[in-house]
Amino acid sequence: MSGSIHVSLGDVAATLALVALAAAVSFWRRADLEEDIAVAAIRSFVQLTAIGYVIQLIFDADTIWLVLALLATMVLFGALTARNRARKVPGAFWPLLIGLAIAGASTLGLVVALGVFEATPRYLVPVGGMVIGNAMTASAVALNRLGDEVEGARGKIEATLALGATAQEAAAPFVRRALRSGMITLVDSTKTTGLIFFPGTMVGMLLAGADPTDAVRLQLILLYTLLGSVAIAGLVATTLAYRNFFTPAQQLREPPTLAG
Amino acid sequence: MRAVRDHPAVLFELRDVSLSRGGRRVLDSVSAEIPAGATAIVGPSGAGKSTLLRLLNRLSDPESGTVLYRGRPLAEYDPLALRREVSLVPQLPALLEGTVESNLRFAAGLAGEDLDVSRCLRLAGLSADFAERDVSQLSVGEQQRAMLARALTQRPGVLLLDEPTSALDQAARDAIEATLAELRRELEISIVLVSHDPEQARRLSDWVVRLEGGRAIESGPLEVLT
Repeated sequence: MSGSIHVSLGDVAATLALVALAAAVSFWRRADLEEDIAVAAIRSFVQLTAIGYVIQLIFDADTIWLVLALLATMVLFGALTARNRARKVPGAFWPLLIGLAIAGASTLGLVVALGVFEATPRYLVPVGGMVIGNAMTASAVALNRLGDEVEGARGKIEATLALGATAQEAAAPFVRRALRSGMITLVDSTKTTGLIFFPGTMVGMLLAGADPTDAVRLQLILLYTLLGSVAIAGLVATTLAYRNFFTPAQQLREPPTLAG
Repeated sequence: MRAVRDHPAVLFELRDVSLSRGGRRVLDSVSAEIPAGATAIVGPSGAGKSTLLRLLNRLSDPESGTVLYRGRPLAEYDPLALRREVSLVPQLPALLEGTVESNLRFAAGLAGEDLDVSRCLRLAGLSADFAERDVSQLSVGEQQRAMLARALTQRPGVLLLDEPTSALDQAARDAIEATLAELRRELEISIVLVSHDPEQARRLSDWVVRLEGGRAIESGPLEVLT
């Protein structure tokens, strides 16, 4: 497959040897992940194959509406997936959904408006997928942290409310830490990119035979776009979600496990 | 159950107040009056004392029944303004990160009050050099005093104190009690104190509400009940 972008099923099957190696390591060291590894390998094959056909369909149809439908579906499933990581946050679904939608729409809208990418399926589908995927991870981490922070600081939050502080004032330090933890992974990986690891887009372009300069520039565009999208998604999700911990009378709600 | 008859200021009145938490009835049809001055809410652990205290500045609301403050239902007050007027100091110290002074400044700013750091520290029994101390460097007793100083920056009319000495050794407890007695002499402030210690209630209050199993079993002037 050198210098070519054609990848056969045989090539894919050959890399299953490494999946088998991972399963063997798990079995040998009793990590109890063999089943999960098998499920991951099968699910990734089925899901990526399916999305490959969907993308082909959208490319062939060449209409913006199908692109928007696909991105909306990604936002919906992203919010549902992230909600599972934010179980301690009451009503986390809507903050996540709105956060992902705004992050996706604003960052894609901006890069199109700036003329970086054309508003065609070939750009919007892959870039949109990366934007929404990263925004999902960041907002899930942020709300997961927010739930832990509020749970661990109930006394401090109530003591601050008891002084006549608003919910926003009482929650501010914890919302700030949650947003930071949502963003920090991408910020750190952006700092070390090219030194410690080569990001996927760049690797893909190099494998496909692109000029390294173009590969680097496209990768930078994507990294900067992703920074914007995770910031927006984290900001919107935490800003909307912290309110769900409080009543309109600025009281901290009972945690779900205690609420009778 | 005695009423605060002819008392010039009934601060709080609870009428048939009930509240459950975690599926358990914590307060069960509690009716009681709390006059101006110093009131102790006493009773064994789990009697609902802290829960009752939280109702008085609306950190919680009852499921049924009414709580009145100065003759008006609490729900009619703006909760933020109410909490600056009726200030609750929780059982465990819970200061914000930073120095003692930054905590005092935060609280005073919320209430729109000018801040006199050394006065508030002195009232809480701390010397002025505590202002610059980081809260993480304070002992529990010092933190408890810093919490008290923080509440006093807002010049509240009522202090709600939830077991203010439960985490302290006897020397620190005596010092806090002396501070509270001094506060009452120096400021026109009412105190509602939760305590599981009848002796402390006797030392610090002149009206007692006794809870057991979520019910108010008696209330009245200290000398009548003891």
